[in-house]
Amino acid sequence: MAAMSPSATTPTIVVVGHGMVGQRFLEALAERGVTERARVVVLCEEPRPAYDRVRLTSYFSGNTPDDLSMVEDGFMEKHGIELHLDDPAERIDTAARTVTSRAGLTLSYDTLVLATGSYPFVPPVPGKDAEGCFVYRTIEDLLAIEEYAKTARVGAVVGGGLLGLEAAGALKGLGLETHIVEFAPRLMPVQVDEGGGAALLRTIEDMGLTVHTGVGTQEVTAGEDGTVNGMALSDGSALQADLVVFSAGVRPRDQLAREAGLAVGERGGIVVDEQCRTSDPAVFAIGECALASDGRVYGLVAPGYEMAEAVAAALNGETQTFTGADTSTKLKLLGVDVASFGDAHGAADGCLDVVYSDSRAGVYKKLVVDGEGTLLGGILVGDAESYGTLRALTGSVPPISPEQLVLPAGAGAPVALGPAALPDEAVICSCHNVTKGTIRGAVTDHQCTTVPEVKKCTKAGTGCGSCVKVLGQLVNAELEASGVEVDKGLCGCFGQTRQELYEIVRALRITSYQQLLDAHGREAARGGDGCEICKPTVGSIIASLAPTIGASGYVLEGEQAALQDTNDHFLANMQKNGSYSIVPRIPGGEITPEKLIIIGEVARDFGLYTKITGGQRIDMFGARVDQLPQIWARLVDAGFESGHAYGKALRTVKSCVGQTWCRYGVQDSVRMAIDLELRYRGLRSPHKLKSAVSGCQRECAEAQSKDFGVIATANGWNLYVGGNGGATPRHADLLAQDLSDAELVRLIDRFLMFYIRTADRLERTSTWLERIEGGLEHVRDVVVNDSLGICAELESLMADHVAGYRDEWAETLNDPERLLRFESFVNAPDVPDPTVKFVPERDQVKPDLPLLSIRSFDQTLEGAAR
Amino acid sequence: MTATTLAPATTDVQIQLRLGDDWAALCPLSRLTPGRGVAALLPDGRQAAVFLDREGRPYAIDNCDPFSGARVLARGLVGSAAGRPFVASPLLKQRFDLETGRCLDDDSVSVTAYEVRLR
Repeated sequence: MAAMSPSATTPTIVVVGHGMVGQRFLEALAERGVTERARVVVLCEEPRPAYDRVRLTSYFSGNTPDDLSMVEDGFMEKHGIELHLDDPAERIDTAARTVTSRAGLTLSYDTLVLATGSYPFVPPVPGKDAEGCFVYRTIEDLLAIEEYAKTARVGAVVGGGLLGLEAAGALKGLGLETHIVEFAPRLMPVQVDEGGGAALLRTIEDMGLTVHTGVGTQEVTAGEDGTVNGMALSDGSALQADLVVFSAGVRPRDQLAREAGLAVGERGGIVVDEQCRTSDPAVFAIGECALASDGRVYGLVAPGYEMAEAVAAALNGETQTFTGADTSTKLKLLGVDVASFGDAHGAADGCLDVVYSDSRAGVYKKLVVDGEGTLLGGILVGDAESYGTLRALTGSVPPISPEQLVLPAGAGAPVALGPAALPDEAVICSCHNVTKGTIRGAVTDHQCTTVPEVKKCTKAGTGCGSCVKVLGQLVNAELEASGVEVDKGLCGCFGQTRQELYEIVRALRITSYQQLLDAHGREAARGGDGCEICKPTVGSIIASLAPTIGASGYVLEGEQAALQDTNDHFLANMQKNGSYSIVPRIPGGEITPEKLIIIGEVARDFGLYTKITGGQRIDMFGARVDQLPQIWARLVDAGFESGHAYGKALRTVKSCVGQTWCRYGVQDSVRMAIDLELRYRGLRSPHKLKSAVSGCQRECAEAQSKDFGVIATANGWNLYVGGNGGATPRHADLLAQDLSDAELVRLIDRFLMFYIRTADRLERTSTWLERIEGGLEHVRDVVVNDSLGICAELESLMADHVAGYRDEWAETLNDPERLLRFESFVNAPDVPDPTVKFVPERDQVKPDLPLLSIRSFDQTLEGAAR
Repeated sequence: MTATTLAPATTDVQIQLRLGDDWAALCPLSRLTPGRGVAALLPDGRQAAVFLDREGRPYAIDNCDPFSGARVLARGLVGSAAGRPFVASPLLKQRFDLETGRCLDDDSVSVTAYEVRLR
């Protein structure tokens, strides 16, 4: 292929490698406007654009390769960047300044940036290439492991470092009996010391993994068919295994540079100066392939990002140098927090350790200080809550003593040191190098009032996310400091939040709205009529707690009737012309032909417009209010009941056909969906609740977009929570794995009741999960580990609900008094409302809307007014 | 059958609405629930939305929601703001003063308010 020569005016920048650092470099170029002045061409070896390799393992908890993408939609097009996927660079000619790709593309460059990353190191043991041996680096590796694991029972990971533990977590997630073989005497030898390793070991063994430390792999053995069947270890023992993953560290990918004659270090890595320039001034190297000017190769993403920034700055004529980086890390490995920062191993002269160790709880904390009390570094295992604050304090004398900093809360320690104590120059987000001062500025100067706004404005918290908690504390502190007093009250009538009202109603067993308003409302609102916000909210709280506090479970009983929003009041959904739509419950979306025919007949007889909903049911539109009882009489007769489409309540539990019919299904998803829908039907909550059950990982029921979603596994059910579709879609988070039927139901009981108890009005589970302090981890602690000791109570509340459920429509039809409210006119019950009219459309009907002229409306009738 | 809001002594009391010089009887007071409304058909074809507040005082305004044209205000929720009763439209929640018919959320909009009494 002919060489494409750079034009006289537009310089060409060729980037080799499109990993996380490569993408960060492109973003840094775009931010500086360099992409407008230069042609940028990227050669990427992998078949997909840059993705979050740090979170690779999250694929097994439901993240798809698309979720992991680091590239915003349209980014390449917007900045005119040419990205060649699946086409690695094969040769560099530094004299001619050209790069040739595997596909034969030859690119001339003015500037070349190497971001080739690293490759997994595979120890040269016999049998390392047998079928069933893998490395753990790319999405393709992961897919291959997933496929092979289907026929495997035991997996072994060679290497007990950071990546090794990640890989072990992945194998465990795939259901394999998992072994870790580490040559060093402890796990994660680079990051943690002996004490930290011991805490980590105990926790990981408790999870059912087997750890072999202090032994090396001598040989991978294979059976007659050439596939792996085990390993021979250096202590003479043998380990039976069907699958082996090598995760014994990485090495810089410097081969391309080496062949091009660029200087490389003795132990690998492309030699670069403080601007990340290689021995050829037109060539730069960044990320894990570079040997930085301090003589180190950094295998972490944050220093890679700093190098990317430095090179982008250099190409924009600025001076920014990279002379070395903080290798602090905070990770969650197999669910265990592990963090190390600063001089973690106490290498400085005369430094001292302060250690707190609780092997029973798997917690180990060590701080390294000098003689004057300056914090130099530390290691945290099992509890890394204070990582953000401690890392930022490194290099200064903390305002409270080191022993108080490592003691757990409640062990005589004062209140944990908050981020308020940090100086402005303290780096809060080390991925994007954002200081506390910048974050405060976002609040004070850029009017950001929420964490998402601050994230958008400063980029803080958008990397690994480990600083988001500190970020939230800083934003709140700053808002309070600037005198922004947010009235968190529900409405003009109540100064309390929904959660506070819930607690009042529950504790004092208040069953009347008026009683609550008069005793607990704002002074000016007491004795009044309340408002359209608090009435339905309190109505919902009383309904949720009805059996427990002794209120009627029927939402149209007595005073409760006056509290319900119009839809709840008429047990149907009001549409734009004042007519209603009707949705009978079809649990799990399963329906007999007979029942389908009934729905068809009812719709036909009443002239209703019918449409299939997204929740696997049928919606019938265009019923006048006076027709609702007649329509429901037919439906109830045929065995239907209310679908609660009108309520802030459980809507549907969708399902796929599952194991019964589908060749991929591994559980009976329809039965589970029906069971769940019948269990939670009628449950009043702060907002609507949607659910789904998928019979296998293919997820045809879209459970991950639901408030609570269930996906079948070979061993049971995975429970996801906090998903949402709609305007702000959110993928649900995995709450627990491989649950039995009973465990699943119990966990959902607790989750829903905890949500109902603590959410704000009209707050879906997705926003609730993001808002609630501690987020998913906190919710998991409460509902899985019972950290608040309330699970028995939550379960009993749900048991009360289930026992007290009655069909609202059947109850309504049985009571002539209640039927009165459906009369069209109080003084002319036999006259249907003549203004509710319909016209034909596509063989059905649609509302015939009155012509509107708001401004002059009824003006001519003023005379009739009093 | 369950408890209702009516007391036997009030069952005979009628709600009347003023139309010009006449008073039209709409329904017994017992048909209303404090905090909710009912619709009534007027002789000229217009519709009134009739409400009771928690003290048992009656109010009536035109039933037509001027923002949608639908006759639905009787199905809204009653509340009070600064001591004055209002109804919030069940469609898009605009509030209307029950005594004057003025829209509290848009000064340029109002609905007819009717005089009512108990007899």
